[in-house]
Amino acid sequence: MSDLSAFREETRAWLVENCPEGVKGEGVVHTGSTKVTFPPDVQLWMERMAERGWTVPTWPKEYGGGGLSVEETRVLFDEMNAMGARPPLVNMGTRMFGPTLLEYGTEEQKQRHLTVIAQGGAAWCQGYSEPGAGSDLASLRCRAEDKGDFFLINGQKIWTSGAQYADWMFCLVRTDFDASKHSGISFVLLPMDQEGVTVKPISLISGNSPFCETFLDDAIAEKRDLVGTLNEGWTVGKRLLQHERSGQGGLSPTAARPKPVGVTIDLEVDDVLKDYVNDPSITPALRDEVIDWKMRSAAFRLTQKRAGEQARDGKTPADTTSVFKLYGSTLARDRQEIVVRLMGTQGLGWEGDSFSKDEIGAARSWLSSKAVTIYGGTNEVQANIIAKRVLGLPD
Amino acid sequence: MQIEYTEDQEQFREVVSRFLQAKSTPIDVRRLMASNEGYDQAVWQQLCGEVGLAGTHIPEEYGGFGFGPIELGIVSEEMGRHLYCGPFFASSVMAGYALLNGATEAIKSAILPDIASGDRIATLVLDNLNNPEKVGSVLKANDEHVVSGTAPIVVDAHIADLLIVAASTSDGLGLYLVNADADGISIKPEEALDPTRKISRVSFDGVSSERIGGLNEESLNLTWDQICNALAHEMIGGAQHLFESTVEYTKVRVQFGRPIGSFQALKHRCADLLMELEFAKAATHHAAFCLATSEGEPFAASMAKAMASDTYMEAARAGVQLRGGIGFTWEEDTHLWYKRAKSSEVFMGSAHMHRERMMKMIEIAPSHNTGEQP
Repeated sequence: MSDLSAFREETRAWLVENCPEGVKGEGVVHTGSTKVTFPPDVQLWMERMAERGWTVPTWPKEYGGGGLSVEETRVLFDEMNAMGARPPLVNMGTRMFGPTLLEYGTEEQKQRHLTVIAQGGAAWCQGYSEPGAGSDLASLRCRAEDKGDFFLINGQKIWTSGAQYADWMFCLVRTDFDASKHSGISFVLLPMDQEGVTVKPISLISGNSPFCETFLDDAIAEKRDLVGTLNEGWTVGKRLLQHERSGQGGLSPTAARPKPVGVTIDLEVDDVLKDYVNDPSITPALRDEVIDWKMRSAAFRLTQKRAGEQARDGKTPADTTSVFKLYGSTLARDRQEIVVRLMGTQGLGWEGDSFSKDEIGAARSWLSSKAVTIYGGTNEVQANIIAKRVLGLPD
Repeated sequence: MQIEYTEDQEQFREVVSRFLQAKSTPIDVRRLMASNEGYDQAVWQQLCGEVGLAGTHIPEEYGGFGFGPIELGIVSEEMGRHLYCGPFFASSVMAGYALLNGATEAIKSAILPDIASGDRIATLVLDNLNNPEKVGSVLKANDEHVVSGTAPIVVDAHIADLLIVAASTSDGLGLYLVNADADGISIKPEEALDPTRKISRVSFDGVSSERIGGLNEESLNLTWDQICNALAHEMIGGAQHLFESTVEYTKVRVQFGRPIGSFQALKHRCADLLMELEFAKAATHHAAFCLATSEGEPFAASMAKAMASDTYMEAARAGVQLRGGIGFTWEEDTHLWYKRAKSSEVFMGSAHMHRERMMKMIEIAPSHNTGEQP
């Protein structure tokens, strides 16, 4: 038996023993937030997995990770998927900030922050965008003054997902106002529970409020929480964005999916759609749209798979993440468009007895899908990045 | 199942690519498309003899190399990229697969070695190249193997020695072998929009022929899929060429004092094209991997053909548009690929036909035959 199949056997046995029933199928996933009480099974699952380092299986053991290879990680996810287990812990620390700190952090920073993230002891949020710095992120103006032991920070951040539940924020701040716009930026970490930080949720068209505004009025970040070199935070910040986009495209090994992504193409119609697609009154034109979408999404998964093979062990996401972000978000948006179109007037529900739970869900998802082609860098910005970095087109 | 090419396969591509780069330049293509024959006999003989490409997918027992759909895909991709003009597609791919799937053992042993060596050129005569369900609606054969009817579009019939004819009979679709110079056959070359792939109108006025087998629904669909696999690869190769040359053009063409590739409108079109191409390529390579193992999805070839069709046309449209005025001149080479993109888009079924075919295969379309079985 190869090492990998031995690992599979052991993993399966351990999972059968240790995966609680309450984390199988759809439901709540642990975010590490100290401000939220999670259902007992969700908490237990996170703790058991954290003990083995499997909340962040690819991270080194000395920082609370599992030290697994890419292949072993895939086996772990396959086995989790096979039993319908949800991921034990998902947040911006595990997916974006952690991998960035592994690359740019000092030993002390890694020891202090990564272990806590791995053990589900802190949720992180992202202090990037500002009201005047969206697509043009590098024009950010949030000011950090050097006060000896700490930075004093003043400004406003926006689109800070989950800021109301976050324990820490990684934040891009301007530390040199005289330098060119990319050169005066620093990457700092600050605790959310302090007087100078105020969080206000933003209501969205879908009726949800996953994003916030965060006001920083004399907020404090300790000097030891400067990541990378002073005034060179743009490099660190950009790297983190690559991790963010690859997560959105599903390339990140911590982005465990509800279904295994294999070599084979899954063209099954999910339950919500089935009744509508099989309705004899569906027009050929709409049927063509459905199959075209399914084809594109299958080809997307094949390409991801191929990119994953090419990337191999340890190779981190590069500029092609923009390709996956752009195409993936377009697919996600188009899917919701097709779903509500299939439903006809049944896709118009917001609440009430005339509409099923799925129909209302579809209408809400259609609205929230308007965000996917914008957040994490708009499709237009991604196209600019592809043109520059992949195709080598001039500025 | 494979998801990437092996090192051997990559080396094979190198060999094929080097040969075609030397022998199928745009100057060659222009010379051949203006000729009646449409191909260069000397190059064809080299391609069959020295390089051995015509027998790529033909089993060794029939004089071929015994490779499969993956290697055939590689050859086709390079041919599409270099716009190779010659009977490879008609003889090796179309006639070759029809014989492999439908002919008797004796006929395979008698004919396939000549196809593999290029000593004889064959073509497959289908009365419909749009939809496998419609094949056999015009060409008929009676119990004495006399074939009648007209096939409006037959690839490379004007240079073929042998015609492999699919005609409907009282017991399904039969395969018939006819010499191209047999009595009662009329082969009339047609001027086509795409002059890089010659077509003829072939009429059978009560032609006595030899019955060499038949194609049932399954083997006809398999043949169709295998041809689509080769054609989709060819299209990906052509699209890749158009994409690369177009992006390069936008880097050197200067207007308003700057390269036009610096304008966002063009950048975005190029980025979109890159993505379409990458995903169509993934689908196309996947189709070959599926056919090679007879595993995977039954609709993989249709998916490849549909995506390759849309992508090649999009690359062709962008190739003309982004070149501006020079793009629609005869002097510039883009139109050679543009025309091939158009003929390939519809050969063996349009993207819409293939999507509908996929729908039926995965049974998410409303079933049209839910009635009681007799």
